[in-house]
Amino acid sequence: MRSLEISLKCHKIIGGCGEGEALVSHEPICFYLTDPKTGVIREKTHELAGKNVANKVLVFPSGKASSVVQIDGLFKLASNNLAPKAMIVKDVETVLVVSAFIAKVPLVDKLEQDPFEAIRTGDFVKVDADKSIIAITRQRT
Amino acid sequence: MYLTKEEQQILDGELGVGTQKAMELLVAIGDAYDAEKTIPVNRAHAASSGQEGDLYFVELLAEGGAKCRVPTSTNPVYDLTYFHGLFDIPKGEAEVARRVMEAYKRVGAILSWSCIPYLSENIPLYGETVAFSESSATPYVNSVIGARTNREAAQSALASGIIGKTPKYGLHIKENRKGTFLVDVEASLRDEFDYTLLGYYVGKIVGYGVPVLTGLPRRPSTEELINFCAMSNTSGAISMFYMPGYTVEASTVEEAFQGDLPKDKVTVTDGALREVDEELQTTNGRIDFVMLGCPHYTLKQLGEVARLLEGKKVQNGVSFWVCTSATTKVLSDKTGHTDAIEKAGGHVVVDTCIDEPCWIAYKEKVGMTDSPKCAYYRRFKEVMVARLQDCVEAAVKGRWR
Repeated sequence: MRSLEISLKCHKIIGGCGEGEALVSHEPICFYLTDPKTGVIREKTHELAGKNVANKVLVFPSGKASSVVQIDGLFKLASNNLAPKAMIVKDVETVLVVSAFIAKVPLVDKLEQDPFEAIRTGDFVKVDADKSIIAITRQRT
Repeated sequence: MYLTKEEQQILDGELGVGTQKAMELLVAIGDAYDAEKTIPVNRAHAASSGQEGDLYFVELLAEGGAKCRVPTSTNPVYDLTYFHGLFDIPKGEAEVARRVMEAYKRVGAILSWSCIPYLSENIPLYGETVAFSESSATPYVNSVIGARTNREAAQSALASGIIGKTPKYGLHIKENRKGTFLVDVEASLRDEFDYTLLGYYVGKIVGYGVPVLTGLPRRPSTEELINFCAMSNTSGAISMFYMPGYTVEASTVEEAFQGDLPKDKVTVTDGALREVDEELQTTNGRIDFVMLGCPHYTLKQLGEVARLLEGKKVQNGVSFWVCTSATTKVLSDKTGHTDAIEKAGGHVVVDTCIDEPCWIAYKEKVGMTDSPKCAYYRRFKEVMVARLQDCVEAAVKGRWR
């Protein structure tokens, strides 16, 4: 077994560093629809229903839902130490920026490759938002 | 984002931790959108709420000594003294609400506790740059008034109120204000309730974009426009729309699309609105309470409630609530509307809305409302949604249909 490591440039939105196992969602995410006591996605129709966002590097297209619920959702996860370690998105909007700012979760966009091609669920990802770089490690058998 | 010398000093904390945090947030948003610089705002509206995320940020600013530089109004939370004895509000929730309200006072906000501040407490002007959060406020201010705001969160709007600036992005740039979706209205749109259904439908179909509505049968009223705004920005993310001839920024459809052809088009029929109406109902029959005033009722609407309740009594066991702003209630009191509503067994309540924890007693109850937004965010079990006349009739009979 050997591992493959690549580095990609990105664009910092909320600074800081975070690393962990990647969890990739092709659908937008509303943090209000996760369980604040576990981090499990409760939205039944979501492709990641039942998966846990806690301490993951979360890769998703964008946020969704009203500002009040989105911000409160991520803030509650962060208060319980269950927020993602970092977030990599494609389309950012004001509410997601505010959510990440308040929950202190590093947030980046504009990866130099399509994040959905570059990153798979289970990869180990380090996000250094301050240096605008991410490192992806994938185990190969 | 380019920062002026003063902005850099604020970011470095030279004017205190509170303004520093507000500036950090504006810079993060500016970076997210690659804004070249900030622009001054004349006023802001923070969609405050009795929730923990909101509490964290406003207390951070208040404790850091931040003060609003421009008029900044606030959204409904709830008045604990009013509900004392009426409802048992859990201590933890009540404490969050109390601290939120106290912190907004400390930062020097206009304590309007109203979701329609653009009618009386904090009124933008045509062409003004502002930062207005809250679902009805953002599209109303952009479209009906012709001021310019992005779809702000409570915290970004508050940060703008503190700094007096916003990053220049999104709807502050003319080309981003152009229409994206043509909505041809064939529906008859008889009253305010039809406009709530229209808003709900348009939000669902368009999702994120700038709809341009044609074919309206007549000039919509203030209340109809408020309803359209609140609903379209609940079921979708509509920060701006055009009703050429009735909204200010474009007098023709062509102008609204800034010379482009519409990418998408939909026709709205009475049948489509009836389907929306049916989708909203989760039950029928017996009701426990009626909830009106989402968004906050205007004086005209309070007058209509008073008129409909004349000579009638709300059924025993049914509660009847009308939410409005403190400003409007003063006039409602003077005009006699409040007395008339209370005489019939109803309540006129200020500073709050259905999406607040104070209504926890209704968690397992059946409510009726004229607002799809109220139904969408409801903190109660089952809901019926219908026009005001039906809500009043149901309150008197204790059931609907």
